[in-house]
Amino acid sequence: MKTTLKLLMVLFVTLLVSCGGKEEKKKEGFSYQKKATTEKAATPKAEKVSASKKVNLDNKGVGPIKSITLGAEIDQAMATHGEDVYKKMCTACHRADKKFIGPAPKGILERRTPEWVMNMILNPEQMVKEDPLAKELLIEFNGAPMANQHLTEKEARAVLEYFRTLK
Amino acid sequence: MKRILTSSIATLIILLGFTSCNNGNKSNSKSGALANNIAEKVYIAPGEYDSHYAFISGGYSGNLTVYGLPSGRMFKEIPVFSQFPTSGYGYSEETKPMLNTSHGFIPWGDSHHPDISQSKGEIDGRWVFINENNTPRIARISLTTFETEEIIEVPNSAGNHSSSFVTENTEYVVAGTRFSVPIPQRDMPIKDYKGNFQGALSFISVAPETGNMDIKFQVLMPGFNYDLSHPGRGKSHGWFFFTTYNTEEASTLLEVNASQNDKDFIAAINWKKIEEYVNNGGGKMMPANYTHNVYDEHTHTAKSTMNKEVRVVNPIDVPGAVYFIPTPKSPHGCDVDPSGEYIVGNGKLSANLTVHSFTKMLDAIEKEKFAGEAYGIPILNFEDVLAGVVEQPGLGPLHTEFDGQGNAYTTFFISSEVVKWKIGTWEVIDRKPTYYSVGHLTIPGGNSGKPQGKYMFAMNKITKDRYLPTGPEMEHSAQLYDISGEKMELLLDFPTHGEPHYAAAMEASLIKEQSQKIYKLADNKHPYAAKSDAETKVVRDGNEVHIYMTTIRSHFSPDNIEGVKVGDKVFFHVTNLEQDFDVPHGFAVLGQNNSELLIMPGQTKSSVWEPKQVGVWPFYCTDFCSALHQEMQGYIRVSAADSDVPIKWSLGEDIE
Repeated sequence: MKTTLKLLMVLFVTLLVSCGGKEEKKKEGFSYQKKATTEKAATPKAEKVSASKKVNLDNKGVGPIKSITLGAEIDQAMATHGEDVYKKMCTACHRADKKFIGPAPKGILERRTPEWVMNMILNPEQMVKEDPLAKELLIEFNGAPMANQHLTEKEARAVLEYFRTLK
Repeated sequence: MKRILTSSIATLIILLGFTSCNNGNKSNSKSGALANNIAEKVYIAPGEYDSHYAFISGGYSGNLTVYGLPSGRMFKEIPVFSQFPTSGYGYSEETKPMLNTSHGFIPWGDSHHPDISQSKGEIDGRWVFINENNTPRIARISLTTFETEEIIEVPNSAGNHSSSFVTENTEYVVAGTRFSVPIPQRDMPIKDYKGNFQGALSFISVAPETGNMDIKFQVLMPGFNYDLSHPGRGKSHGWFFFTTYNTEEASTLLEVNASQNDKDFIAAINWKKIEEYVNNGGGKMMPANYTHNVYDEHTHTAKSTMNKEVRVVNPIDVPGAVYFIPTPKSPHGCDVDPSGEYIVGNGKLSANLTVHSFTKMLDAIEKEKFAGEAYGIPILNFEDVLAGVVEQPGLGPLHTEFDGQGNAYTTFFISSEVVKWKIGTWEVIDRKPTYYSVGHLTIPGGNSGKPQGKYMFAMNKITKDRYLPTGPEMEHSAQLYDISGEKMELLLDFPTHGEPHYAAAMEASLIKEQSQKIYKLADNKHPYAAKSDAETKVVRDGNEVHIYMTTIRSHFSPDNIEGVKVGDKVFFHVTNLEQDFDVPHGFAVLGQNNSELLIMPGQTKSSVWEPKQVGVWPFYCTDFCSALHQEMQGYIRVSAADSDVPIKWSLGEDIE
C-alpha cells in the first residue's frame, strides 16, 4: 500500500513537471506490474482457458430457444438482414473480428451452439445468472453486461445467420 | 452504559407485556393503527403494486406528481410548466420550445387542476390535462409515456383558474379566467375596471386520436372572477358551469370589496349551442398572440408556433346559450354529480351549501322566469333553480366530490373537515377532521359519470405538526380515507410535493398495461440522432460543433473529442442505444451552464455547451447504469480560439 502511494506521488510529480508543453509525449510513469502475471508463480495452476476461447458444443444456454437447425447453405437474404440488425443494435459493443466491449462474433459457431448464441441475445439477464459460460464471460469482460436490445426471435435468428458468414 | 442498556431493555419488555395484556381494553388502543388493521389497508408489500394511480398537481412547482394509492408513495414527478434539471426538461434543445410563450421563454408555472380524459362519461386513461394559472396555459400529458406532449397558451385570460376540466367525451378541455382583464389588452386606468374588463371562457377542442388541442372559441363574459368549473354530464352534457365571485367588479381590496353581494353567480354555458353557432360562422376572429407547443415522440423534439388570432363570441349574440344562477356568497368549487342533475355551489362565505337542479334550470329557462340581467345575460331566480340546501354543514365549503353511491363529500377549509352528505335528502351522514385547512379532495374517477369509490383523499394547505419539522417550509399534507363504509375512516397521512391543488385519480389497471417501457430506436426520427456506432461523428459548421454521440452500457461513442475551440457553441446530441426497460444514461460536462441530460432508451437529447476555458474537460454518465458506470466517461479538448487543432474523435483508440 505504502509503496503504491509513493509510486502515485512520483507519478503526480512527473505529471506536474511535464505540464505546460504543447506537444506532450505519452509517458509511462509507472513501473509496477499492472497485469496479474504473478499469480502463476504463486500457485502453479493448470493452464486456464478463458471463457471466450472455451469450446462447448453441447450447451444450449437458458432461454426461449430450445432447438435450431441450420441450413446446409447460408441463407444470404437472411444474413443480409441479420447484418443490418447487427449494425444497428450490436456494434456499440461488438466488433465483428476483434474483442471490443464484448467478444467478437467471428467463428462463434465453432465454439457455441446456435441455441446458446440466440439465447444470449434474447435472454442475457438470465444467461449471466444461470449459464456457467455466460457467467464466466461476464467476469472475463470486466462485468460489462450484455445489454438486452429486445430483438425479436426472427431478428436474432438473422443475426445468427450473419455470424455464419464471418469467417 | 451496559447497565443502562440492560435496564432499558428490561423496561421495554415490561412495557410490551403491559401493552399486549391491555390490548382491546384500553380505550385509546382503538385509535391505534394496528388495533383496527388500518395499517394493513395501506400496506403494500415489497414488490406488490398499488391499486390506484393519483396525479397530484404540484401547484407552484409547476409540475405534476404521480402517486400510488393506498400507499401514498410518490413514483414520479412529471415536468410540465417548470424547468426540471433532473431530466433536462426545459434545458435541452428539444424541450426548451415547450416553455415558450407570447411573453418569451418562461421557466416556471403554477399548475392547478389535473383532469383525466374521458370517453362516454368515463375516464379512459389516455391523457391528463392540467392548467397553468399565472401565464395561462393548458398542458396535455400522455399516460403512456408520462411526458408532457403539448402546451397551448390561452390568450385574453389571466389567472387561468377555472380550468382544465374535460367534457364527457373529451370534446373540449375548458379554461376559464380568474382575473378579468381589458380585452384586447391595452393601456387604461385600473379604476375603470367596471364595465370595461372582461372574462374569457375558452373552449379548447381536443382531437380524438392525437389529443391535439386548438382553441375553438372564447366566450367573452362580464368582468367577474371565474373561479372554478365543471362540465355537465349525462342529461346535462352539452352545458358547462362556472362559479363566479367579485360580481361587484372590484379592482382593489377584494377581500372586502368582492364580498359585498349576498349572492354571486354560477354561469351556465350551453356550449353545444355556441359550438353550432361557431360552426355556422358565428363569432369573430380577433388578433391575438399565443403559442402552441407540441412535442413529437418520434423526433423527440418540441416545436413552438405562434398563433395570431382567436375566435371570440359575445354571449348576447347567441340567445339561449348563457344564464346566471344566483349562488350564495363567493362560491368556489362548482361540482356536478355523476347523474348530471345536481350542481353544487360551494359558497365559501356561506353558512349553507347550495345545490341547484339542472331540470329546474331548464324549466325556468323555458318559462323565461328571469330575475333580471347582467350585461344582457339573463339571471334566473335562486328559488326556481334550487334543488336543496345542506344546512350548516361546516365553515368555508370549497369543493365537493361524489362516490357514485348517492353520497357527496365536501371539504370545509375553515373548520378543517370533510363532510359526507346524502344527495336528495341533503342530510349530513358523517364528518371527519383533516390536518389542516383542506382545499380540494379527490375520489378516483371524480370528475366523471362513474366515480370509482373506495378511497378519498384530502389535500391540505397547512401542515404544522403533522411530520418531523423541516424548518419554516414544509411539504403539504394529504389524508387518505376509506369511504367504502357508512362512516369515513382515516387511513393514512402522507406528504405531497409543491402546493397541490387538485388531483385526478383512477384504478391502476388501464394505465399500468399501456405504460411505455422504451422508445424504439427504429422509430427515432431525431435529425441529430446517431442510431448506431457507425453514425457517430463530430461536425463543425462555422462556430457550431455538432457531436453525434451514442451511449450504451458503459461507454460514450465517441469518448475522445478534439478540435473544439473557445467561443464555439457545442451541441452534444446524445442518443441512448439501449433498448431495455429502465436503462437511461445521463450526460454532464464540467463547467456547463446548463442542466444534465437524462436520456431514455432509444431517445436523443441535445445539450448546448459554450466552453470558455482552454483545457481538457471530462464528461460522464450521471445515471448509475451498470457495474462499469464509473468507467463511463470521456474527454473533450478545448483549444484557444485561434488554434488550428482539427476536429477529430475516437473511441477505444488514441486520436491520431
